[in-house]
Amino acid sequence: MSVVADPHIDPNADPRAIAGEDSASQWRLIWGSFRRHRLAMTGAVVVIAFYLVALFTEFLAPFDPDAPSSRDVYHPPQMIHLFDTNADGSWAFRPHVNGMKLSRDRFTLKTTFSPDPDKKIYLTLFGDGTPYKMWGLIPMEKRLIAAVTPGERFYLLGADRLGRDMLSRIIAGTRVSMSIGLAGVAVSLLLGLVLGGVSGYYGGWVDTGVQRLIELKLSLPTIPIWLGLSAALPQDWAPLTRYFAITLILSLVGWTELARVVRGRFLALRTEDFVVAARLDGGSKARVIFRHMMPSMVSHIIASVSLAIPVMIIAETSLSFLGLGLLPPTISWGVLLKEAQNVRSIAQAPWLFAPGIAVCAAVLALNFLGDGLRDAADPYAQEGR
Amino acid sequence: MSGNADSPAGMPNVPAGSGQEPRPVLEVRNLVTEFATRRGVFRAVDDVTLSLYPGRTLCVVGESGSGKSVTARSILQIVDPPGRVASGQVLLHRHLTARGRGAENTVDLVSLDPRSSAIRAIRGRDVAMIFQEPMSSLSPVHRIGDQVGEVIRLHEHVSKREARDRTIELLRKVEIPRPEVAIDRYPFEYSGGMRQRAVIAMALACNPAVLIADEPTTALDVTIQAEILALIRQLQRDSDMAVMFITHDMGVVAEIADDIAVMRFGKMVERGDVFSIFEKPQHDYTRHLLNAVRELDRPSERRLAMRAKASPGAPILVMSDMRKEFPFSTGFLGLKHDSIVAVEDASLALKAGENLGIVGESGSGKTTLGRCLQRVHPVTSGRILYTDRHGKTIDLAPLTDNQLKEPWRDIRMVFQDPFSSLNPRMTVGQIIGEPLLVNGSLSGAGLRARVAELLGLVGLPASAAERYPHAFSGGQRQRISIARAIAPDPRIIIADEASSALDVSLRTQILDLMLDLQERLDLSFIFISHDIAVIRYFCDRIAVMHRGRIVETGDTETVCSNPQHAYTQSLLSAVPVADPRRRGMTHRFRYREP
Repeated sequence: MSVVADPHIDPNADPRAIAGEDSASQWRLIWGSFRRHRLAMTGAVVVIAFYLVALFTEFLAPFDPDAPSSRDVYHPPQMIHLFDTNADGSWAFRPHVNGMKLSRDRFTLKTTFSPDPDKKIYLTLFGDGTPYKMWGLIPMEKRLIAAVTPGERFYLLGADRLGRDMLSRIIAGTRVSMSIGLAGVAVSLLLGLVLGGVSGYYGGWVDTGVQRLIELKLSLPTIPIWLGLSAALPQDWAPLTRYFAITLILSLVGWTELARVVRGRFLALRTEDFVVAARLDGGSKARVIFRHMMPSMVSHIIASVSLAIPVMIIAETSLSFLGLGLLPPTISWGVLLKEAQNVRSIAQAPWLFAPGIAVCAAVLALNFLGDGLRDAADPYAQEGR
Repeated sequence: MSGNADSPAGMPNVPAGSGQEPRPVLEVRNLVTEFATRRGVFRAVDDVTLSLYPGRTLCVVGESGSGKSVTARSILQIVDPPGRVASGQVLLHRHLTARGRGAENTVDLVSLDPRSSAIRAIRGRDVAMIFQEPMSSLSPVHRIGDQVGEVIRLHEHVSKREARDRTIELLRKVEIPRPEVAIDRYPFEYSGGMRQRAVIAMALACNPAVLIADEPTTALDVTIQAEILALIRQLQRDSDMAVMFITHDMGVVAEIADDIAVMRFGKMVERGDVFSIFEKPQHDYTRHLLNAVRELDRPSERRLAMRAKASPGAPILVMSDMRKEFPFSTGFLGLKHDSIVAVEDASLALKAGENLGIVGESGSGKTTLGRCLQRVHPVTSGRILYTDRHGKTIDLAPLTDNQLKEPWRDIRMVFQDPFSSLNPRMTVGQIIGEPLLVNGSLSGAGLRARVAELLGLVGLPASAAERYPHAFSGGQRQRISIARAIAPDPRIIIADEASSALDVSLRTQILDLMLDLQERLDLSFIFISHDIAVIRYFCDRIAVMHRGRIVETGDTETVCSNPQHAYTQSLLSAVPVADPRRRGMTHRFRYREP
């Protein structure tokens, strides 16, 4: 009997068999099935866009988000007009916004803005704006959108009660809100991995202990815990310290879900034949866990993480909205929404709700992304179906 | 059709003594079922034509992936998406059945909408189906009686009481003991065989004209399989049903078939009655299939030649009074501990250069025994003495994982499931090289060369090292698994059902490969299996396990031809023989513990 047989010339091979995908790695397969998930792809694009905004905040914001303007309190949003009529009636491509005139009712003292046909503020891409420091380090003047005449102000998404540009503030809030999601998840991931991993790998009384701890944690109502913890933070802490403290509070609440996912995967994998085989190959405990078990879990963990980020963002927003999370002068979406708490803003300046749209968009996009990742995480299982 | 009147058990039911052509009750004509995949259309069933006659059993035979199950599902239009019946006809001649139910005559099932009420009325009433896994075809939260009764009430307007009476009658018909009590039980209170009986009762609820059985006995133990086969045959004789029986097991075919259709790669390669197929197969593939079956169930000549050259040496792995209990905790916070005994004081000895078979039905503790021998599981009591190549004897029982690293290089394992035993995230080269890498004996180019050498030994090209396991078929994966086992140059290999997940033609290949390696590398095997035929081919000695105890040990041939223990006798009598002429010749009985 000849032992060496080339399977490629095997006469018993199924003629219908589809060749290819032979040496595709795990990540190629995941990407392949993720790409076919339209909604998730859209989500991924939106999420990436949000994080790019968070990264280049200073450059993208037309103005310093903290610069007030007393004449422009509750200035309504202005439309960008792309074409301008010249004096002789011909058209030219010159993007601009129409200026607004402030008038005050003589009896009620109510301020109203009305279009000023004489005043046009011309805009340009990559123009010079107020100077700033990129990432607090590099001094720069260029901004994505700037007025041609330096010093002129325009409000694409309106202004708030101190006349600060809402667009700049939302863009600035993106950095804090999106990063607090990431940072919070990173801390919960650490807690979840360690506790869930220990619980799943060792089992026995360790598992029982950790599980009871998770159940205890889950039995406590979330909002009061957050409120209690953040109310206990000293009011005079620096914004940065407070930011980290809030992150910690959020992640203390969020780790349980991840711990359960990790434990479940560990339990399922522990009895898989290939893990037993790895043990019999003489691998140490650490090698069995990190070399053999972890790669099978990474995709699942990424999926759970991308589903945990929106929860964190929502939590931060809620806390800040209630005035117990981040505090001004820090800018986050929640802090911005706090401005929109009263009836007056609904009646007079509905554009103050714009950060809410940003929250919705970010959370939805992250959820779609997470769903798609979760479905794609196990390309092997799907092939078997 | 050859009317073999001399066959025992009065099988062929062709209308006797009349020149009249038997008329089929169900005809499948040029059926094509396709699955739309990313890489184009996959034809799972390609131009299949077959007919089912009342009172006759058509066995559809083929290896995994041959399209036999899809054919059955296409008949009832229950193909899982993205599959769909592309063309062809499935004609159900209702007026030709003895049921006389209604005005419709011939119905083409393919023309009906898969979700229409018209086809739902046919499913279960005219054409019933039994699936492979009895546990998943029964709802775990409903009583058996309710599930069987539901079928009756769905198709016929009867009162609850009448449905219940008929259900009891059905359960009696499928030989479930004490049906008045059994009707109110839940599926988990039934054994595997009882469940399959209940599923059959469900299928028979409306006295169908056609019964489609998709591997109904594959998940069952061989003794229970024999009982279920006898039951199906009995029921068919009573009610003149047409049965389409799907199986991969030629022994079962010989036992139950009147006609045979052989399928391969979605096409039907041969059709005929049971005797002509078994005795004068026309197609190469049919011959190949039959040879693969016949090759097994007798000692491998190669093995006998090897033993004639060198007889087994001194014992190298001796297990004495080994006991394994699995504790499970009960009570509040799991403080109370109880245990079940999986292996009860077993003693065994493996000699150098021999193949020891451990045979038993599911739940007999044979897998646990194998894992304890290797000390994957800790043992409760007893000793496992291993004599290494320098003649030093150590007791494996009390060692820790760290101390076991050394013996684990000599005692290796091949797993049953070729899919879960290979890490899907590692390349084949990494998987095979892992034991060499972790004990630090080889790395880099030396490791790659050794992996290529190992792949050559198991008959795979060296290029396989770069690919991931999912690119390989079941048989190739099992070769990879064997390559990993022989990587650190071991002395003993424990093969736990290493050939069970494979098609029969691949089984002999893998067994021959292991014999080949035994000769080249001086190995000893412990081969765990539920399949007597495989054990007989591969093993020199055999240990029969029943309920955690070793009831009989001895030379394979001696035990197989002259079993001493009543359980062994019962087990051997239940094994189906791949010869339709010997059908019903063996006397079967069920072993009951004294």
